[in-house]
Amino acid sequence: MFRVSVLQTTDVIPSKEKSRCGRVGGVSRSEKMVKQESESANRPDNTAFTQQRLPAWQPILSAGIVIPGFVLIGLAFIGIGVALLVTSRSIQVLELDYTGDGNGSPCSSCSQSTTVNCKCSLNFTLDTLFQGPVFFYYGLSNYFQNYRRYGASKDDNQLYGDLSYFTSPSSSCSPYDYDGSKNPIVPCGSIANSMFNDTFTLTRTVSGKTDSVPLDGKGIAWWTDYNVKYRNPSVTPLKNAFNGTVKPIDWAKPAYELDTSDASNNGFVNQDFLVWMRRAALPNFRKLYRRIDASGDYQNGLPAGNYTIDITYNYPVRVFNGAKKVVFSNVSWMGGKNEFLGIAYLVIGSLCVVMSVVMLIVYAKFKFPDEE
Amino acid sequence: AKKFKTLEWCTLDFDRRVDSRTIYVGHRPCPANEVFIPPKFCDNRIVSSKYTVWNFLPKNLFEQFRRIANFYFLIIFLVQVRVSTFCCTKQCYSDFDILPQGYEDWLRHKADNEVNKYRVTVLEDGRRIQKESEKIKVGDVLEVDEDETFPCDLILLQSSRDDGTCFVTTASLDGESNHKTHYTVPDTERDVESLNATIECEQPQPDLYKFVGRMHIYKNNEEPTLRSLGPENLLLKGATLKNTQSICGVAVYTGMETKMALNYQGKSQKRSVVEKSINAFLLVYLCILVSKALVCTTLKYVWQSKPGQDEPWYNEKTLKEKETNRYLNMFTDFLSFMVLFNFIIPVSMYVTVEMQKFLGSFFISWDKDFFDSEIEEGALVNTSDLNEELGQVEYVFTDKTGTLTQNNMEFIECCIDGHQYKYRDASSEVDGFCVTDGPMNTVQQKAGRVSVEREELFLRALCLCHTVQVKESTEQGQDGQVVPPLQEQRGFIASSPDEIALVQGAMRYGFTFLGLESKTMKILNRTNDVEMYELLHVLNFDPVRRRMSVIVRSISGETLLFCKGADSSIFPRVKQEEVEKIRMHVERNATDGYRTLCVAYKHLTPEEYDQVDSGLREARLALQDREEKLMAVYNQVETGMNLIGATAVEDRLQEEAAETMEALQGAGIKVWVLTGDKMETAKSTCYACRLFKRNTELLELTVRTLEYPGKRREDRLHDLLLEYHKKTVQDAPPAKTRVASQDFGFIVDGATLSMVLNSSSENNLHDYKDLFLQICQNCTSVLCCRMAPLQKAQIVKMVKNSKGSPITLSVGDGANDVSMILEAHVGIGIKGKEGRQAVRNSDYAIPKLKHLKKLLLAHGHLYYVRIAHLVQYFFYKNLCFILPQFLYQFFCGCSQQPLYDAAYLTMYNICFTSMPILAYSLFEQHISIEMLLENATLYRQIGKNAMLRWGPFLYWTLLGVFHGLVFFFGVWFLFSNPALQDNGQAFGNWSYGTIVFTILVFTVTLKLALDTRHWTWINHFVIWGSLAFYVFFSFFWGGVIWPFLRQQRLYFVFANMLSSVSAWLVIIVLILLSLLPEILYVVLRKPRGPYARQVVL
Repeated sequence: MFRVSVLQTTDVIPSKEKSRCGRVGGVSRSEKMVKQESESANRPDNTAFTQQRLPAWQPILSAGIVIPGFVLIGLAFIGIGVALLVTSRSIQVLELDYTGDGNGSPCSSCSQSTTVNCKCSLNFTLDTLFQGPVFFYYGLSNYFQNYRRYGASKDDNQLYGDLSYFTSPSSSCSPYDYDGSKNPIVPCGSIANSMFNDTFTLTRTVSGKTDSVPLDGKGIAWWTDYNVKYRNPSVTPLKNAFNGTVKPIDWAKPAYELDTSDASNNGFVNQDFLVWMRRAALPNFRKLYRRIDASGDYQNGLPAGNYTIDITYNYPVRVFNGAKKVVFSNVSWMGGKNEFLGIAYLVIGSLCVVMSVVMLIVYAKFKFPDEE
Repeated sequence: AKKFKTLEWCTLDFDRRVDSRTIYVGHRPCPANEVFIPPKFCDNRIVSSKYTVWNFLPKNLFEQFRRIANFYFLIIFLVQVRVSTFCCTKQCYSDFDILPQGYEDWLRHKADNEVNKYRVTVLEDGRRIQKESEKIKVGDVLEVDEDETFPCDLILLQSSRDDGTCFVTTASLDGESNHKTHYTVPDTERDVESLNATIECEQPQPDLYKFVGRMHIYKNNEEPTLRSLGPENLLLKGATLKNTQSICGVAVYTGMETKMALNYQGKSQKRSVVEKSINAFLLVYLCILVSKALVCTTLKYVWQSKPGQDEPWYNEKTLKEKETNRYLNMFTDFLSFMVLFNFIIPVSMYVTVEMQKFLGSFFISWDKDFFDSEIEEGALVNTSDLNEELGQVEYVFTDKTGTLTQNNMEFIECCIDGHQYKYRDASSEVDGFCVTDGPMNTVQQKAGRVSVEREELFLRALCLCHTVQVKESTEQGQDGQVVPPLQEQRGFIASSPDEIALVQGAMRYGFTFLGLESKTMKILNRTNDVEMYELLHVLNFDPVRRRMSVIVRSISGETLLFCKGADSSIFPRVKQEEVEKIRMHVERNATDGYRTLCVAYKHLTPEEYDQVDSGLREARLALQDREEKLMAVYNQVETGMNLIGATAVEDRLQEEAAETMEALQGAGIKVWVLTGDKMETAKSTCYACRLFKRNTELLELTVRTLEYPGKRREDRLHDLLLEYHKKTVQDAPPAKTRVASQDFGFIVDGATLSMVLNSSSENNLHDYKDLFLQICQNCTSVLCCRMAPLQKAQIVKMVKNSKGSPITLSVGDGANDVSMILEAHVGIGIKGKEGRQAVRNSDYAIPKLKHLKKLLLAHGHLYYVRIAHLVQYFFYKNLCFILPQFLYQFFCGCSQQPLYDAAYLTMYNICFTSMPILAYSLFEQHISIEMLLENATLYRQIGKNAMLRWGPFLYWTLLGVFHGLVFFFGVWFLFSNPALQDNGQAFGNWSYGTIVFTILVFTVTLKLALDTRHWTWINHFVIWGSLAFYVFFSFFWGGVIWPFLRQQRLYFVFANMLSSVSAWLVIIVLILLSLLPEILYVVLRKPRGPYARQVVL
């Protein structure tokens, strides 16, 4: 009853696998028009859909398509892998731990004292130019920013600048919603309260003269966080919005004083604050602290020389066996240094090539019937 | 006073037997009882539906909870009410489940109403009142007209026929379409209106052929007359009145107490194997879930016990948390983990499965191949729960009459003295005969045609040796004329349709039976003369003798005995030199599937006749052992006969019955024929359907083979069973060398079967049943004849519960098949002529038997593959969905931190991945329908639940684990440096989850794409559409600050992810890595399906 045409067409099925497809099944429109004379109410509709005869494509992965396809994919992957690996290798990274665990380390005294704004400094030497743009990260280990209770402990409405939530913070912020005398905390919650408060300055010693390296704190947080997701209440001066509230317990100064020098970097839209509020995925993480301002001597990055990082040591991590470090890194088109991607591409690329060779052997040996 | 005493005795006697009931005919109090207490019986309503409006919800919920899953969902739901907010979706799931079931039950309600609202005529106080059938009460006097079915079980009181008889056909009850004679109770004939009587009878019992009761008839103040009532007085609900204008009867059993209803078994919810597999898998996944939660809870507390970890300064507990009991905390943690991982249980699978079944079943009712232009109907799907079970059938139990055969006997050929006569075309033959020489003719070449006398003797024998009655013509005017009405118009009534076929066959050859009038049989012969024969005796047919005879006296005074019967019972009783000529014909005809009968005759001298006559009279009057004595006389007289010839009657098969049976056997399905019909008829049908073939060795276990001189039946049964068992089971070659082994066919009848099943007093009961079953299972086909409806169900039940619990399918068309239709895993009703009972109680109804082939081989196969894949895929996709979330717990201090956003968690199963698999499970044809129909053996590949056994399940589970590991650790390695953008900014935990989730959605969808072998535009649309929707949704979800959300976690996360080259690269490489084994498998597997498809088309 049904005439079926077999067409050979080429189609690309997912995952870049080339395949040959046979067009199978199908009813031409004219046949649908031919109605039975004794059409009765009960007679089922004679349509392609009801008769399960919709025109269908039958993907056929034949050796002639698959083997070259695999070779191509394999080669492409190997190419990408090599590129990734080369790029990743070219990225310079400098990591310096300043937790102050051992007695010899520069910050050991600070790590043991509880003094506020304890100062210590780290020295390092660059033999060659540290290619710019250079990014200055701080890193924490064994720090669970992804802990569920921790992560939920904030009030997005408050951070969006909604004043009604200033006086009554969300209960999810507990136990950092009200202080001991029932004053609401703004910004409330564990995340805000535990904001990283070590500060760093970087100086270069060139022929005995110290020269502070310009650090740029703009654009270290996500653009959308800075411009949309977080907002200060539209009250001027900003300080008035915080009337009747108290600063987070562990903060040295209230939110409206985070950056008194730059109004657009103050309050909730402070870049450091935003960086901190974006929770890290894993317990060992790094967060962007500053970029080296590409100006003057630092046009091309950090030139060779002796450097000193002056640290204001506040953040306790040893109580939970954590560690702190500073990281200098430059980035490429693929982001920071990461060998995994390159290796993965190389491995899978060569796997594809090897597989196509195996397939070739199998096909040659067993001669599948489709190889006409 | 004396009379009352006797009556009291009677009632006492009856009361002691608890199982009796008293019925007041016409609800009139009878003088015997001072107080008239109207007894209470159930009304005449038939209920085959499961629910009412009132009990639908609770009853359905109860049945739903029989599924482990649903119970689990309820628990999780209750937990979630406290813990989280995804609850409303769960509620939707269970609602979804209920809807199709409600719809199906509504259809059953409609069908019931049709029966229950049927108008019947009730005689009440001398008036005729129209009532609805369901309002009939026990004791009502009903009037039923010709061709109506009886609305309840009635005792026949009055018939419009003069002789107080009526004819009924019980085709829809036991499958016998012949007419049965029922008798009125004497003395009730005259005035039903004023009849004052009570009926005492046994309580309802399902046996159709048994009825015991008595009737007290009161006339004025006379002594009540007592009449005994037997099955010949009882008209059963479901039977149809024939050849009688109208009858009156009193209702004794009504509604669910009628014999028909008692033979009908309650509808229990049938559950498919797939569902059982799902439940098993579900248990595994529940174990996985619980162990995951346990592991995490344990690890959490181990981790917290390390110094500084439990409550680091940056993450202090609330006061409430500190105060709660540690063990309570552990418990709530455990529950939270359960909620976190509960997505591993594919909740939405149940919805999808339900939808797939419901929507998929439309393809059956839409299939135009199932449309029968005769009855203008297509297939009907009564339950959609069992679609996939159609692909798993191992045993088919089929009714014979109306299912395999059309129950339309036709005279095909005869053989007279070794010459074969085949009727070709009546118009072209002057004398009605044409000779097509059979193989025997070569021997008797010279003889040529048989003498005309022999031919005529044969035809006279056919005309005389029967118990056929001529149906009175409704046009009385033509009755007196000698000219016979046209052949087709002449109506005959007989207890067996093949007798009619023989008489009609003789009619075509010029000898017409005109009827029996006061012991005189009239025959119109070829020369249009009426021959008269005096009918002296009828030696009735019985299954042991397997022949019947008549003794007639011709006008000329000759006394003749004509005998016809099965070859095996005739051959030993005729002169042996005549046998060989006929035997070959008979055997050939038998294996062609024709029903053969041999005809013999004998001259009786007056002395012989006198002896026979007196013998018969004496035996008939005997009070004890009447049957045995009659039999002895019969056997004595039916000896030394002359064989004239043999006849072949075809029990016309349904269209393509043989092809269908062959296809089913080719598909590895064992076909059993269960029939209420006689063994001979059924056997020939089996031959005609090619269920028995020429080389099939038949093993018979029937009343006949149990008759063995010098042995008790039980012993003989024992011997036979052992013998057959040895033949079929012990001596059978091992399975590998089955190819050349002997085919066995097994024949058993109802009486023997009940001996096998009910020999409970003997201690070897178990052995018998086992032996029997083993024999049956080693035979290619089994024929069970003379089955009562409940016995059919017993057989089905026995096979169903045997080792390996095979999937059974019953197909039948009459009410007598209902019990077996209900008992089997899948019940198929044929929309035949015998009413709608079977259709109503079936799971699927098809117009013709031939449709069974496509239903099983194509639809069943596809549905099974679809749903099996659906189930496995669902478990797989939820495993690899939740595994990363589980792994993440190791990196977040086991704090129940979800890896994915709540929206993703909820939408994953509902939107992102549900539609492609639904489309797959509706449209997939891994092998084209044509291929499936052509190669029945393909059906064997999916037999025994092949795709849902532990092997495939393990494969899918491992695949899920592999994918889950790849997704999580691939991204984990990437996140060793979270600066993934060229602006040096770091990604957070939601980015991590979103990358994993993106890989996940793409991988599982593409995995399905790889599995799809039949891409319709819908598949394309849904697969690519789902992926596009995911991307679109993610943009949208992350692109707006949603006012109703407390946390804007995903704000611009997805868009930021896409701006990172590394994220793109890792997504691509991980998808490929996940699918690599699958692609390899697709490429390297033998490309059977697709190529075969191309070759075919």
